Amino acid sequence: MTKTVTDVICPFCGTLCDDLEVVVSDDGKQLLEVYNACAIGAEKFLHSQAKDRITRPRMRQEDGTWKEITYDEAVEYTANMLADAKKPLMYGWSSTNCEAQAVGAEIGEAVGAVMDNTATVCHGTSLIAVQDIGIPSCTLGEVKNRADRVLFWGCNPAHAHPRHMSRYSIFPRGFFTGKGHTGRKVIVVDPRPTDTASLADIHLQIEQGHDYELFDALRVAFKGEKLPDVVAGIPKEKIYEVAETLKSGRFAIIFFGMGVTQSIGKNHNIDAAIAVTRDLNEYTKAAIMPMRGHYNVTGSGQVWGWQFGFPFAVDLSRGFARYNPGETTSNDLLRRDEVDAVFVLGSDPGAHFPFNSVKKIYDLPSVVIDPHETPTSEVCKVHVPVAFVGVEIGGCAYRMDNVPIETRKVVDAPEGMMTDEEFLTRVLARVKELKGV
Amino acid sequence: METVTLTIKNQPGLFLEADSITPDAFAGKKAEEIVDLPVYVGREQFRLGDYFEVSGNAGATPAETKIVVNGDLSRVKYIGMKMTAGEIVANSNADMYVGAWMQGGKITVNGNVDAFAGTGMKGGEIAIKGNAGNYLGAAYRGDWRGMAGGKITVTGNAGSDLGTFMNGGEIVVDGDVDVHVATHAEGGRIIIKGNAKRRLGGQMVEGEIYVFGSIDVMMPGFAYREDVDVDVDGIKGRFALYEGDLGERHRKRKGQTIYAKLYQRIEA
Repeated sequence: MTKTVTDVICPFCGTLCDDLEVVVSDDGKQLLEVYNACAIGAEKFLHSQAKDRITRPRMRQEDGTWKEITYDEAVEYTANMLADAKKPLMYGWSSTNCEAQAVGAEIGEAVGAVMDNTATVCHGTSLIAVQDIGIPSCTLGEVKNRADRVLFWGCNPAHAHPRHMSRYSIFPRGFFTGKGHTGRKVIVVDPRPTDTASLADIHLQIEQGHDYELFDALRVAFKGEKLPDVVAGIPKEKIYEVAETLKSGRFAIIFFGMGVTQSIGKNHNIDAAIAVTRDLNEYTKAAIMPMRGHYNVTGSGQVWGWQFGFPFAVDLSRGFARYNPGETTSNDLLRRDEVDAVFVLGSDPGAHFPFNSVKKIYDLPSVVIDPHETPTSEVCKVHVPVAFVGVEIGGCAYRMDNVPIETRKVVDAPEGMMTDEEFLTRVLARVKELKGV
Repeated sequence: METVTLTIKNQPGLFLEADSITPDAFAGKKAEEIVDLPVYVGREQFRLGDYFEVSGNAGATPAETKIVVNGDLSRVKYIGMKMTAGEIVANSNADMYVGAWMQGGKITVNGNVDAFAGTGMKGGEIAIKGNAGNYLGAAYRGDWRGMAGGKITVTGNAGSDLGTFMNGGEIVVDGDVDVHVATHAEGGRIIIKGNAKRRLGGQMVEGEIYVFGSIDVMMPGFAYREDVDVDVDGIKGRFALYEGDLGERHRKRKGQTIYAKLYQRIEA
């Protein structure tokens, strides 16, 4: 016999879908099938059942091979590495629950670490812009029920957030949006003809790296001022048309992604996008939302915002929180040799950081906490596998619109495996012993 | 004026945070007291004397104190941070935050500086004889009050994000600059004697930018007004005047909207 668990939360992307159904064996030890999830989300659940899964910590040997060690030995190595370092980097934190993030922050404070999360190579630039000029935002529920102008700028949810469009942004019928997608005008700004762009009423195929200029042009167009004939490869008539389309809606929402946050200008692009949203509110209701990637990167910003006042790149080395992206961000620290140990949890910098940074991780004492074997585990000295959050252990996660959702445990972790929170709690206790506090 | 000479003798394994290298911290101290001032590497505190040879005594006040720093300072941060008077001469490249939040006095760097030099500067003078990194004379993160006064001169080139949120003072760059100049500025004056790339004056409210060389892409929010004769930094010339950023908010004076001004020299 099997049983079906309903209303399961998907721990993959920032959309944090909450309507999955998972079939598990009667004893709750095996996960058999996943319904309602996108291909990526389903794979995340099913991957926990992989037969070749690593279930015990491993330490790299002189000859490059792995040797299995106990969790106790892994705790000892991690605590000593962090306590000995003058300025350790504790990076990741986006694929775990808020409870683990809070314990991690306590360790960071005890050892004087730099705490950074995946926003550093993702939406950190959005957070800089938000701090500079604020953000008029909303929840995804409001988008579903009200939005009739949907603008995707530099993002491709068809592939990165597969159920975003059907659950919230384009297709659903909501309270004031009874006609579903036929009542919505969809605008996509992307240099490439993406699958999301193929669904758009208007696709602005912008010249790559000219987003800031196009945002500025929209603001000029809202005010009815004169524009140059062509901005960012888009003729001015088209820009006036898009400005009019946005102004004429009852509720406009702008979603944006890596295409603007990590192309030239970075935070300035988002700064300008927020200014566009603010301007639109003089004519109609408008909101803007970052398409956050990892399912709980938003939560890590929330936890640190609450604990330290800053959402990422927090330097605790001097005993008080400092924050200055460009200096205290992971890649700048690694590139400039500013840190002397690296701790990674819930992220894969080995796959996402520039090669020069990954090489620095390889050269330094390093620990990675991750259920999977990843490019990061390949360059670290110690790999600690843990239970999958949202599959084998519950905990709080924040959706991309800053709504907290409690994830659920659906299946047992393999015998004897620790969770992120359990491992971090042990490390914290050992760090306190070593520091005599 | 009394002179204290610092010579770096040990390079830090990581980076040295030396916010105590200021005339304000040195004033009234003898060499043997100055070596005890704190510096930091990561979470560990050291003495200035652990990393520098110190000779000479400081003057009674910051204004009577000159500090000369020798040796490779490319891993030393915060030189001259928050100084109010006196003088610092660094005979090397220096790392981040040279003269950050500076209020008075003068800093000369005979080399390059990394990012965030003159962050949130209020007064005084910084002369950089080499190149400057990004965020020269910009606001600190999240602060809407950037450089408010004083003068920064750069003999070489400057990086991106020059004078972000600037609302007073002057920055003169003899060479070229990277993207984003005077973003969100509400005042002040930036003179670029070389070439500029893109995004000059984005979201700019008030203030002036002068460019002697080329501009790769003009912001769509800047509109050409007229050609004018200008005398800037001792150089006379004919400039094309642009006003903007038309998309941004602007105040009015006597019914006239006040825009930020961008002058570009017309080739003779």
